[in-house]
Amino acid sequence: MIHSLFLINHTGDIFLEKHWKSVISRGVCDYFLEVKEKAVEPENVPPVLQTPHHYLISIYRDKLFFLSVIQTEVPPLFVIEFLHRVADTFQDYFGECSESIIKDNVVTVYELLEEMLDNGFPLATESNILKEMIKPPTILRSVVNTLTGSSNVGDKLPTGQLSNIPWRRAAVKYTNNEAYFDVIEEIDAILDKSGMTVFAEIQGVIEACTRLSGMPDLTLSFMNPRLLDDVSFHPCVRFKRWESERVLSFIPPDGNFTLMTYHVSSQNLVAIPVYVKQNISFFETGSCGRLDITIGPKQTMGKMVEGLMVTVHMPKAVLSVNLTASQGNYTYDLATKVLVWDIGKLNPQKPPNLRGTLSVQSGAPRPEENPALDIKLKIQQLAISGLKVNRLDMYGEKYKPFKGVKYMTKAGKFQVRT
Amino acid sequence: MSASSAFNDEKGGSSSVGEPEYGHDPASGGIFSSDYKRHDDLKEMLDSNKDSLKLEAMKRIVAMVARGKNASDLFPAVVKNVACKNIEVKKLVYVYLVRYAEEQQDLALLSISTFQRGLKDPNQLIRASALRVLSSIRVTIIVPIMMLAIKEAASDMSPYVRKTAAHAIPKLYSLDPEQKDQLIEVIEKLLADKTTLVAGSVVMAFEEVCPERIDLIHKNYRKLCNLLIDVEEWGQVVIINMLTRYARTQFLNPNINESLLEEGGEKTFYGSEEDEDEDDEDKDKKAEVATMAKRKPYVMDPDHRLLLRNTKPLLQSRNAAVVMAVAQLYFHLAPKAEVGVIAKALVRLLRSHSEVQYVVLQNVATMTIKRRGMFEPYLKSFYIRSTDPTQIKVLKLEVLTNLANETNISTILREFQTYIKSMDKDFVAATIQAIGRCATNIGEVRDTCLNGLVQLLSNRDELVVAESVVVIKKLLQMQPEKHSDIIKHMAKLIDNIQVPMARASILWLIGEYCEHVPKISPDVLRKMAKSFTNEEDIVKLQIINLAAKLYLTNSKQTKLLTQYVLNLAKYDQNYDIRDRARFIRQLIVPTEKSGALSKYAKKLFLALKPAPVLESPFKDRDHFQLGSLSHLLNAKAGGYQELPDWPEAAPDPSVRNVEVFTLLERVTTLTSVPEWTKCSSREKRKEKKVEKPFYSDSEGESGPTESADSESDSANGSESVSGSEVSGSGSESEESEEGSESEEEEEEEDEEKDKKKKKKELKKKPVQESESEQSSEEEEEERKHERKSKPRKSDSETESGDEEESESESSQSESDESESEAEVKKKKKAAQSKPPAKPVKTDGKKEKKEMSLLDLDDFEPAPSPQVTPVNSFLSSSLVTDLEGLSLSDSVLSPATIAPSSALKSYELLHRITGEGLSVEYCFSRQPFSPDANMVAVQIQFTNNATSDTKNLHMEDVKLQSGMRVKEFPEIELLPAGETTTAVMGIDFCDSTQAANFQLCTHTRKFFVSIQPPVGELMRPIFLTENEFKKEQGQLMGMNEITERLTLDVKCRNEHTIVQRVTTAANLSRVPCGSDKECRFAGRTVTSSSLVLVTVATKEEGAAQLTVNCEKMVIGTMLVKDILQALTQ
Repeated sequence: MIHSLFLINHTGDIFLEKHWKSVISRGVCDYFLEVKEKAVEPENVPPVLQTPHHYLISIYRDKLFFLSVIQTEVPPLFVIEFLHRVADTFQDYFGECSESIIKDNVVTVYELLEEMLDNGFPLATESNILKEMIKPPTILRSVVNTLTGSSNVGDKLPTGQLSNIPWRRAAVKYTNNEAYFDVIEEIDAILDKSGMTVFAEIQGVIEACTRLSGMPDLTLSFMNPRLLDDVSFHPCVRFKRWESERVLSFIPPDGNFTLMTYHVSSQNLVAIPVYVKQNISFFETGSCGRLDITIGPKQTMGKMVEGLMVTVHMPKAVLSVNLTASQGNYTYDLATKVLVWDIGKLNPQKPPNLRGTLSVQSGAPRPEENPALDIKLKIQQLAISGLKVNRLDMYGEKYKPFKGVKYMTKAGKFQVRT
Repeated sequence: MSASSAFNDEKGGSSSVGEPEYGHDPASGGIFSSDYKRHDDLKEMLDSNKDSLKLEAMKRIVAMVARGKNASDLFPAVVKNVACKNIEVKKLVYVYLVRYAEEQQDLALLSISTFQRGLKDPNQLIRASALRVLSSIRVTIIVPIMMLAIKEAASDMSPYVRKTAAHAIPKLYSLDPEQKDQLIEVIEKLLADKTTLVAGSVVMAFEEVCPERIDLIHKNYRKLCNLLIDVEEWGQVVIINMLTRYARTQFLNPNINESLLEEGGEKTFYGSEEDEDEDDEDKDKKAEVATMAKRKPYVMDPDHRLLLRNTKPLLQSRNAAVVMAVAQLYFHLAPKAEVGVIAKALVRLLRSHSEVQYVVLQNVATMTIKRRGMFEPYLKSFYIRSTDPTQIKVLKLEVLTNLANETNISTILREFQTYIKSMDKDFVAATIQAIGRCATNIGEVRDTCLNGLVQLLSNRDELVVAESVVVIKKLLQMQPEKHSDIIKHMAKLIDNIQVPMARASILWLIGEYCEHVPKISPDVLRKMAKSFTNEEDIVKLQIINLAAKLYLTNSKQTKLLTQYVLNLAKYDQNYDIRDRARFIRQLIVPTEKSGALSKYAKKLFLALKPAPVLESPFKDRDHFQLGSLSHLLNAKAGGYQELPDWPEAAPDPSVRNVEVFTLLERVTTLTSVPEWTKCSSREKRKEKKVEKPFYSDSEGESGPTESADSESDSANGSESVSGSEVSGSGSESEESEEGSESEEEEEEEDEEKDKKKKKKELKKKPVQESESEQSSEEEEEERKHERKSKPRKSDSETESGDEEESESESSQSESDESESEAEVKKKKKAAQSKPPAKPVKTDGKKEKKEMSLLDLDDFEPAPSPQVTPVNSFLSSSLVTDLEGLSLSDSVLSPATIAPSSALKSYELLHRITGEGLSVEYCFSRQPFSPDANMVAVQIQFTNNATSDTKNLHMEDVKLQSGMRVKEFPEIELLPAGETTTAVMGIDFCDSTQAANFQLCTHTRKFFVSIQPPVGELMRPIFLTENEFKKEQGQLMGMNEITERLTLDVKCRNEHTIVQRVTTAANLSRVPCGSDKECRFAGRTVTSSSLVLVTVATKEEGAAQLTVNCEKMVIGTMLVKDILQALTQ
């Protein structure tokens, strides 16, 4: 299956390689680098490439390419999913997944890769098991390690791998037992010029953080499970219970994990929390244009809209902008032609406005297209779909855990066409 | 590579981005000396005694390896440390070793003995890791050693080691393909493994080593289907892909006879939505189906159905690869009506990473060509955002185009209009092509599209115009006569358009339709002749063409022009153009020499050309298995296994039948978990087993099926089968609620067994002495009933109970009113089903399957069954099966174990793994005389082999601290075919930890383990009511556990309660004044802690269970057990 892995940074340097079968020269990456050079954006590099002797499957995450070399038929998603799992694991271990952090922890990274694949086939990908074998670095541990010469490889053997609940490590003990659930919903929407909704849907995810001793068996139920249209679960969730009773019943992994993701049925009308009035125009004569954007509250369910941000990818011809914002700050990156207007909290009384002129490269034809606006926003304490957790029960353990549920709504891929 | 900076690197692992050594040749000058020196330093560290220094050195070396630098000269120094005690050093040495062993074969051999030692380690994880590294060392010399190690590991007791063995198989295969035959043997063996841990890995090995040996799958097919949901995600992908291929070779095309399906047959076959009331109708339907079967319509093989049903829940997996695997399985295997379910899941994947989107969209694009309707509801999910990467945009566009039809075309076109304004010009070009395709596919919008495209001709962007021209050309070709004004318009454009392809297209168009624009075309040729020398080659060719065509139609005006053009072309630099000019001149200009061809010149040039078909690049891609790399590349990748076509006639389905016992899950190998309910888990399951310990007379009844992975599935399977007995067309069963609640099912089963047990007791009284044929015959019979009734039981509990009773004729019916009714029904059914006495092939198979999946636990040894009235339900093949089975098992005659006949026995060693020796054990509940603190375990050995077994004894007992074992006396000789029993004592220390030991014969050793249910960890004591109350008073607070419960309907009398509680735990009844309360008492065997149980009943089955016990763990577990026993 997966033959080798190369980590490549965005400038095209190969800074880590790992082979699970015989060694493949890093020259094989040249094919990839060639394509990468041609692509304007790194995202535009096709994930699957064919070379005379190998196939290259890559993902782009956090400005890094994870490039795997394949020799024979394998489901491409299998590899892609695995590479993302590797990136997730790095993120989980080191807090971020960047070139410098990987280089700093190259030994741990190598140990992780060694455990995650055997002969190119995934072996241990559950974070709980990996952490049992290879402890994530912490400042304290690295100090202790240098002093005592002890290691970050667990001296225990990974018993979790043998268990029937492979996602949970054994013998968990906490003095404070707590379980937190974040219900996070994202609005994916496309609004057209006039503000009409072309397409809108809600994606939800329940992120959990459980620190519970022993083998707790949790049951999470919703007030209105009918809202959920399509779901996918962490392997710990008992699907049959969901099918029959619409409750989530599971023995959680230890620590942070994504319990489920869901999609709210499209029959329900999606409340769009803000309206956007915009006018971006370029004049036929004279090299300039006008921009005027106003954002106001629409259906916010009485909650405060925060973290409001508008991103505009300007046409290449726009040289500079001269704008004034009634609230917040804006920046315009000359190289990438990206205008970012960071608004912050939305003031319902005085809707924030950004207006001014755009100067266009003289002589260039009038930009044909009006750029789309990407909106980011956050609303605390609200799940826009109306989903509510009813209760959380725990069986199998005697103690009373501290339980918490938090709701949040965010803009996902929220785009306004102009 | 500068030595100093590299050094720093390794030390801290930190290096700045721009370091010069990356990707540079290590052999550049000046480096060797310093390199050498540095390595000396590392060697010194590796040779030191301090682990910390070694670790430091290894870390630096691994960092070098990670960056692709050569560290091979350190090999001797590193390999010495392979036996280092420090686990991290060891691991890093492994990493290094695996990387360089291939280059340094001789030295690598030094390490082998360490691994060989590791292979014998008592710790399974060490054995596994030793095998893993050993098999990763690519040194040909050790192939025999690897082979040996793999073989040994494949029969290891630990499933984890077996998994590692499965991983090692492809490694060895790639090292030495000659070993294939031997490896296939190992694969075959591991395929039979029943644990989820192994399943994925072994199928992986199968796919890499011998994907063509599809016959190896037959016997394991059902097991794989049933285990699937509990296999780890990566294994699931591999198994599903393999099973797709398998199914294509073994089953019939479900869409073969569509019309028939539509006629409501569909409901019966695939529906499964309706449940309860289906019960009766179902039978009728099935009878119908049976008759239909004779007319040879399509009937889905139940195994085919099993696969579809068991993969469906995996659509909810978080792993995109799993979802895709299921989706392709459904696409390739499911009846058309059912494929739709995958759409939603695939659309969900579109919200994932862009790489995932890319792959999914490719597959969706292929699917939409064949099954457009499936994705239509999700049209808007394919709308494009300006921030999508280009390749995603293009794919989405493809899907949108495929989805376009008369009803949604207007929305799609409106959407396309926004896309045309995009800044991404490649995407705009793709959009224009998409519009063109929509226009060709949907006649109604052709004019609209054409007009739209013509408007685009005035676009400022040349690319857009060019692309439009090309597309318009294609469209016009379909109906040129209507659109001469468009052609004129385009002729005008030729002055402005610079893109060669577009110019060429326009010229071609004018040439082709010069009759429609007679005035303009010569003029265009004139302009072109003027600029001929500056044109691109494709344009020049088209100019020549245009000239030729005009010459043929309008030679008066264009003769000179043509000659001029041809003359220019004659001296062109490009030989193609020169050739073309010569050729055309010969053809069209009449000279003396010109042959017959010139007469036909007009026909040649102005032949009617078929309009181009604009079709999707994804057309016919589905001959590649979807989701595969080959599909994505549209080219066969190495190692790709073709997806076979459906067979004309179904191959013999009986090949998948399995001998019943092979599906018996042992108590000792509880590694695999059924369903998504898995985590509910071990505990419960074990408890469940405990609950009905005295239910079976003897060995056959091994609780494990309860726990077996196939549990609920088997129930499902049996549902389908229940129908088949009557009709021969089982599979249409429900995947409905009842099937899905594995737990309930189990409960019901238990309950039923309780009943059965009662009956058996009743029955036994008269015949007890002899343990007679008759009784066992009855049992046999009963078993058959149960087999049948079980499926129904899930529909309606009561009925099943009744039925069973009614059928066991000899038994007293202590039962309810409805019984007779049930009996009548039953008889009717019998009558109905008699006609198809000659069972269709599938019949036999299904019945067999039924047995294998479901009834193992009911299987009790019985002397040869006699044909009872019931058998009329069963096909003859089933009877023979049963005969065979009972014969094979009858060796384990119950005689010796008779005293404890009420106890449930567990399997310790299966006769297959034991090479003929089978061993069962039960908790005899007798005091163990040598040591009162031990639990007596009665073990029954049966020698099924043809040779005698000698020196049976146990060895190498591994226990948790505090536990003790009193071994049974050695059995010197167990002749072939004989059975003997022995008693051993185990002090479990009041825990449910397993006692592991080896069972040795004169030839072999077997790893076995005994794990007690909590109820067996106590012995009954006698207390008076007052004593009981007093003791209870002292065990309050934390020591008291109270649970409310609702008693099962059949468990509302005192007798049943007592019986169920005592079945679940070895307790004795305490007399009690109130009839609303039952009390029980016992002491744990080791610590003699009191265990008091009270069941207080209230109205309507409400009850309260109280357990008082000093040992809270025991108490908690006991509560669960008893609760389970009472609520089922």
